[in-house]
Amino acid sequence: MDIEQLRRIANGVRRRDLQAVYEAGAGHIGGEMSVIDILTVLYFHTMSVNPEEPLDPKRDRLVLSKGHTALALYIVLAERGFIPRDEISTFLKPYSRLNGHPNRVKVPGVETNTGPLGHGLPVGVGMAKAARLNGDGWRTFVVTGDGEMQEGSNWEAIMAASQFGLDNLTLIIDHNRLQQGARLADTNEIAPLPPKLAAFGWAVEEVDGHDMEQICRALSRDAVTAGRPKCVVAHTNKGQGISFMSDNVAWHHKVPNAEQYKLAMAELEGAVQ
Amino acid sequence: MSALFDASELHDCRDAFAQTLEELGRANRDIVAVCNDSVGSSKLGGFREKFPERLINVGIAEQNMVGVGAGMANGGKVPFVCGASPFLTGRALEQIKADVAYSLANVKLVGISSGMAYGELGPTHHSIEDFAWIRALPNIPVIAPADRIETAAAVKWAAQHDGPCFLRLSRVGVPDVFPEDHAFEVGKANVLHEGTDLTIIANGVLTHRALQAAEILEGRGIQARVLNMATVRPADVDAIRAAAVQTGAIITCEEHTVFGGLGSAVAEVVVETHPVPMKMLGVPGIFAPTGSANFLLDEFGMSPDGIVEGAIRLLDRKG
Repeated sequence: MDIEQLRRIANGVRRRDLQAVYEAGAGHIGGEMSVIDILTVLYFHTMSVNPEEPLDPKRDRLVLSKGHTALALYIVLAERGFIPRDEISTFLKPYSRLNGHPNRVKVPGVETNTGPLGHGLPVGVGMAKAARLNGDGWRTFVVTGDGEMQEGSNWEAIMAASQFGLDNLTLIIDHNRLQQGARLADTNEIAPLPPKLAAFGWAVEEVDGHDMEQICRALSRDAVTAGRPKCVVAHTNKGQGISFMSDNVAWHHKVPNAEQYKLAMAELEGAVQ
Repeated sequence: MSALFDASELHDCRDAFAQTLEELGRANRDIVAVCNDSVGSSKLGGFREKFPERLINVGIAEQNMVGVGAGMANGGKVPFVCGASPFLTGRALEQIKADVAYSLANVKLVGISSGMAYGELGPTHHSIEDFAWIRALPNIPVIAPADRIETAAAVKWAAQHDGPCFLRLSRVGVPDVFPEDHAFEVGKANVLHEGTDLTIIANGVLTHRALQAAEILEGRGIQARVLNMATVRPADVDAIRAAAVQTGAIITCEEHTVFGGLGSAVAEVVVETHPVPMKMLGVPGIFAPTGSANFLLDEFGMSPDGIVEGAIRLLDRKG
């Protein structure tokens, strides 16, 4: 899949996400817009997964630790064929399996239930360790938010991954600089992230988290350092693609009104070349 | 010597756990042990010697330990996640909820040195809330075996059970109360002593004390049924209802706070099926003073004589 195709898919996911948040009257649109390019690369370029056999033991694993952006994952999973596209319209509705945070028991393609922050990386360490014990080549990817890195459990896992030499594990930090209520810098500044990960023995790479080419390259097998887990610090914008949401702390889980919806949709539609 | 068991020969259930895990590990390459710097206290030294690759020590990091267990289960492994019960359950409770119970991960949680096994170390090291914490979560059977035989049987059950469970093991010596061929069944209580006047329900280190109490009561002409209820969740509704209907009074004994544990589980069934007078022995909602587990159990009215006293008071209420 070429870069242009990836961009088009991501743009389609953004539009569907915006529509679903507008229609459901809820969602985490800011963080969804920042992570969509990363998820698109993972599912349409990097990872080996099979929607026909979602539990294939040899599949690559993705853990969306920032589980509040479940909607973005559902849409990517739908585009990749794991669930029907038209099911997205049930998001958050009574008895929908698409609730506000991912559920592995209900939704094919989801690997572990997330929602409370700081859970995904420890689980990812366990997955990578299991693959290592089996001598399997499948890879594990974990996507966290940057605010989420304030959780101590992540640092327990960072130490373990390094100690175990898990070069089959990749952590992607969606570094959009904003958490729910404020900028990280005004809360508990975790940046700069790269030297911290490097000090714990990880191979670290920084990318523009909206540049498909850079994300693809950083996630490829060729970019793995033998014996070291990998961290990709992806510099992103919360609300990416929609001018009035971008880098704006107000849009963590705000829902656009009719006028804002129209404006945002027009911007996203205009972005498709 | 008791007619029911040889109280002079005490066994540490951790040995039965470790030995069984090693046996199972030989037959099943997917069985792994995950621990938090607790190889010694979990008695995993032998497992590490036999299967060094399959002993995953994450260091002093309980939240990570449970998450790693969940991830390994996703990768097809059968992880036994072992740690001192107060820290495994308390420190990592949210991981147990989200990563294990809600995700239906095939993780076997093994709480070591549970109850007041670390009596002298103080309430930070007492695990007398774990029944309540884990029992509140769906999908996780909560099991406290009474002796080495039931421990071995429960570990075998856990290994073949496709789903999570919580095993609560003490380090305080207990005599054998079950015959060698005891067949463990999750959710099933066992009548260890027949009686019609009242029922004593216990598990873990309390079961042999309950049996001793029943013998003393028998000497006084009181026939006490003793139920060993290793599985706190799911409760054996049939056995509890039968005890209420047939004996008319129930006393529970647990190495746990009386809030939310075995007594609560029994009471929940009793009030919904056949209300009868109950007495719940346990830690009465306080932080315990210093002392060994056996000392503290005596202090909290759970010596054999203390249980007898509680039973007799209960019979007064039976009317």
